[in-house]
Amino acid sequence: MNLILVLLFPMTAVLLSLLPLEKRFAPVVTLLTQIAVFGMALNLALQVSTGRTVIGLANWLELDGLSALVLLLVTFVALTAALFSWGYIFAHEKVARRIRFYYAQFNLFVFALVAVPVLVEPAFVWIAIEFTAMFSVLLVAFGNTHEALEAAWKYIVLMFIGAVIALLGFLILFWAQKNAGGGLYTWEGLRLSAAHMSPVLLKTAFLLILVGFGTKVGFVPLHTWLPDAHSQAPAPVCSLLSAIKTTVALYAILRLLPLLPNAPIDIWMQTIGLISVGVAAFLILQVRDYKRLFAFSTVEHMGIIFVAAGLGGKAGGYGALLQMLSHGLTKSFCFLAAGAVLLVFGTREIGEIRGLIRTSPVAGLALLFGALAIGGAPPFAVFLSEFSIFRAGVAQQHYLVISLLILFIVVAFFGILLHVTRMVFGKPAPVNAAAPGSVPFSCTLALVLAVVPVLVLGVYEPAPLHKLLTFAVSNLTGGMP
Amino acid sequence: MVYPGLFPWLQSLNALAGGFFLLCAFGLVAVRQAQDCLRLFVAQSLFLCLSAFMLGILLHSSDLIVVGIIDFISKPVVIPWLLRRTVGGEVHTRREITQVFNIPTSLLIALALTIGAYLFAMPLLRAGNAGELIGSNLPIGLAGLLIGAFTMAVRREAVPMALALISMENSAFFAGIAIAPDFPLIAEVSIAFDVLILTFLIGLLTRAVHQQIGTTAVGELTELREANQS
Repeated sequence: MNLILVLLFPMTAVLLSLLPLEKRFAPVVTLLTQIAVFGMALNLALQVSTGRTVIGLANWLELDGLSALVLLLVTFVALTAALFSWGYIFAHEKVARRIRFYYAQFNLFVFALVAVPVLVEPAFVWIAIEFTAMFSVLLVAFGNTHEALEAAWKYIVLMFIGAVIALLGFLILFWAQKNAGGGLYTWEGLRLSAAHMSPVLLKTAFLLILVGFGTKVGFVPLHTWLPDAHSQAPAPVCSLLSAIKTTVALYAILRLLPLLPNAPIDIWMQTIGLISVGVAAFLILQVRDYKRLFAFSTVEHMGIIFVAAGLGGKAGGYGALLQMLSHGLTKSFCFLAAGAVLLVFGTREIGEIRGLIRTSPVAGLALLFGALAIGGAPPFAVFLSEFSIFRAGVAQQHYLVISLLILFIVVAFFGILLHVTRMVFGKPAPVNAAAPGSVPFSCTLALVLAVVPVLVLGVYEPAPLHKLLTFAVSNLTGGMP
Repeated sequence: MVYPGLFPWLQSLNALAGGFFLLCAFGLVAVRQAQDCLRLFVAQSLFLCLSAFMLGILLHSSDLIVVGIIDFISKPVVIPWLLRRTVGGEVHTRREITQVFNIPTSLLIALALTIGAYLFAMPLLRAGNAGELIGSNLPIGLAGLLIGAFTMAVRREAVPMALALISMENSAFFAGIAIAPDFPLIAEVSIAFDVLILTFLIGLLTRAVHQQIGTTAVGELTELREANQS
């Protein structure tokens, strides 16, 4: 029942947000919805962590370890983003109609994001992922400036091209399954019939889906939409885009891994991942816009997760999923911090910001924490997950891959810190007179809420989460011990 | 139930629809006027419907007939209407649209892509024990997909780019109706709905770009680059 409700709630919130009532109505509805949905997701994840699959509608809506993990991440990030939106949107937008429009789109976007992990039929997952793109285009264009429109155009075009390529992949997958004697067209059904499928068709389907959804994940060289969309979209939307929209597309690719236990895709995954990490690390060094900085960091982290998944085995899978979780949580915090900086200074240029910590201690501390956390400094969550990936790689003797990975991560770490310390410390620069100038209470609250798991997961992994991750890894490796 | 003697005819008709489908894809690369792009797109969608009907009869699949009807309503009718409503006069203009390559070069590249698509499809056809229907639809779908992507790359104007995008989806469907005729119908309906949302969004964006920047040559928007941000 809860599985149906997690879909119904955001959909209802879309309709309620559109009602022309008091201007605080839409944000209240949105916030309450996200709290309820997160509560239900937490409850579902606890049930799943006992090792059983929760079934909402058999063969339609199901939740196993991997999907519960993604659902938990999606709903938590959506909650913090909704809370942050409260202050951020009121500070930037005065027209009631535009505020309602923003929240309706926001809920629609969250609806699509939540639908990806709970659906088990690949054709519907494809549609849900495609809807995550379609429903966020107008949010990217929300600023309605020259740059925002250009970013939205690039975004919609690349998203749709990716979707069409992936669609062909799913059609070929369907064909392969039918040739192999049919079966249920669900993730589990596909896994069961994978052994009888033609390897050529299976590999072609995987490759098409990898390229198609890889565009949505932001693998180099298909990443060009990512920094543009992230520099233009409102900060809470960036947090959704970067922390979970890319993740759900990656989730769909990872779902195919159990179908190909014997194919030599490990080396493809490691190569694609390393290229993304490497290119992003060096692009980070030369950015001039701090939101683009975090966007390139997303490209880097998607690469790291893919390398980890490519290492294979339980340890690699565990590292990949832990990294997916810690990146999602940390990156959403980073973009909220970036939003706070934008509220204070009113500019996205790194060069125009100095002495942030004195102008606004909240924004300054948040940005510094975010930079350290996403760079992978201890004691934050990303450090732990990256460390588990290195350990998995060394245990499997992938020395070259791990050395390159460490090199790129170190380059990215210094790149991020170089830019951020320049902004945070020093003599305060004058702020843009048009900027709101301060961080509203709701935004501060959202930052505090968002930083909690980033800190906690860096030092402590709760037992249910560990069980959930273990279950998720078994979904990833196809039940392989 | 159809008289079995008709089957070879229906098969030939399907192959013919495929040929014209591909021809429309070539046309989308080459024609110079925005309105011709729209006409070619409508024609291509009609050939897709024709193929869906033929396959529906040949494979006794009522789903495919429904898919054909949905396509018949959404693509040749609703999409041009949506574009006219959102973009306005730009669709009607007879103005020449600029291209990156000249027409012969574009056509040659499209031809190379078609040959590539056939080469790519060969091992798939062998692996899937494909019959004549898949043999005609899959390579054409692949070729249409590649040519559509190429058209996206060479066009500069919003409406022809949007039509190239949707023609890519047409092509994926053209292959899909043959290789996965019993693909869940709700999924197909949702995909058709998705294409309508895409058209609507592209229309809105194009209008906003036109109002803000005064052009619909979206391919020339290059504000967002690392180098420009100094």
